[in-house]
Amino acid sequence: MVQIFFAYFALVSIAAGILTVSLRSPVHCGIALLALLGHVAGLFVLLHAEFVAVVQIIIYAGAILILYLFVLMLLNLKTEERYFHRRHAWYITGVGALTVELVMVLLASRFDGAKGPATVEAVEQIGNSMAIGIVMFSDYLLLFEIVGVFLLGAIVGAIVLAKTPSQADLSGDER
Amino acid sequence: MVPVSAYVVVSAILFVTGLAGVLIRRNFIIVMMSVEIMLNAANINLVAFASHLDSLGGQIMALFVIAIAAGEAAVGLAIIIVVFRGKIATNVDQINLLKW
Repeated sequence: MVQIFFAYFALVSIAAGILTVSLRSPVHCGIALLALLGHVAGLFVLLHAEFVAVVQIIIYAGAILILYLFVLMLLNLKTEERYFHRRHAWYITGVGALTVELVMVLLASRFDGAKGPATVEAVEQIGNSMAIGIVMFSDYLLLFEIVGVFLLGAIVGAIVLAKTPSQADLSGDER
Repeated sequence: MVPVSAYVVVSAILFVTGLAGVLIRRNFIIVMMSVEIMLNAANINLVAFASHLDSLGGQIMALFVIAIAAGEAAVGLAIIIVVFRGKIATNVDQINLLKW
C-alpha cells in the first residue's frame, strides 16, 4: 500500500516539476508548481513527518505560491515567443547526463549511519508536532532565533525595495 | 516499506529538473519557481534521512529551509517588481548593466 502511494506521489511530483520548467505560460507553471508542492507534502506524510507536510501546504502552497501568482498578475507578463535560452539549450544534455550519473551513484550507495532516539513509536507517543517543538526549542534554539532575525531582514528589505519612490526622491539627484 | 534510496532518487531528479529550469528559462519568475523546486528536493532529502536515521534534526532543518524560501521569495519578487517598474528588462538575459 505504501509503495503504491509512494509511486503515485513520486511520479506526479516529478511530472509536475518537469511541467513547471517546460510550460510556456507563467500562470500554468505556477499551477504545476502547486501540484508539485502538494505531492511533495504527500511524500512527507509517508515519511512520518506530518508537521512538515502541513507546514509545506500552509507556507509554500498557501503563502509563497500565492505571492508568486500575485506578482505574475500584477506585472501582466506577455508570453514570450522564445521562452528558452536557445543559446544555452545544450545545457539540457549535460543536465540529463548528470541525472543518469547521479541516480546510478545513489542507487549503488548504502545509506547507513548512527540511529537517533526518535523512532516512529517514540514520536507517536507524544505526537509529531510536540516532539519537533521540544527538539526545536532546546537543541536548535539559536538557529530558530537567527531565522527570526533573517525573516525580519527579509521583510524590511522587501518593503524598502518595492516601495514606490516618493516625489522628493524623484526630483532629487539623478541616480 | 520504501527504501531511503528511492526518496533520494526522486529528490535528485527533482533537483536536476530545477537546475535545468534555472539554466534555460528566460522569465524571471519561472527561474525563481525552479529555485523553489530545488529547495523542495533538498527538503525531501532532509526528511527522508530524518526518518531513516530516527532523528528529528532533519525535519527541523526542513522547516528552516521553508522559512529561508519564504524570505527568498519576498526579496526576489521585490527585486523583480523594481526591475519591471523601471522598464529595465523583461527577461533574465536582458539584465546586463552590471555585467563585466
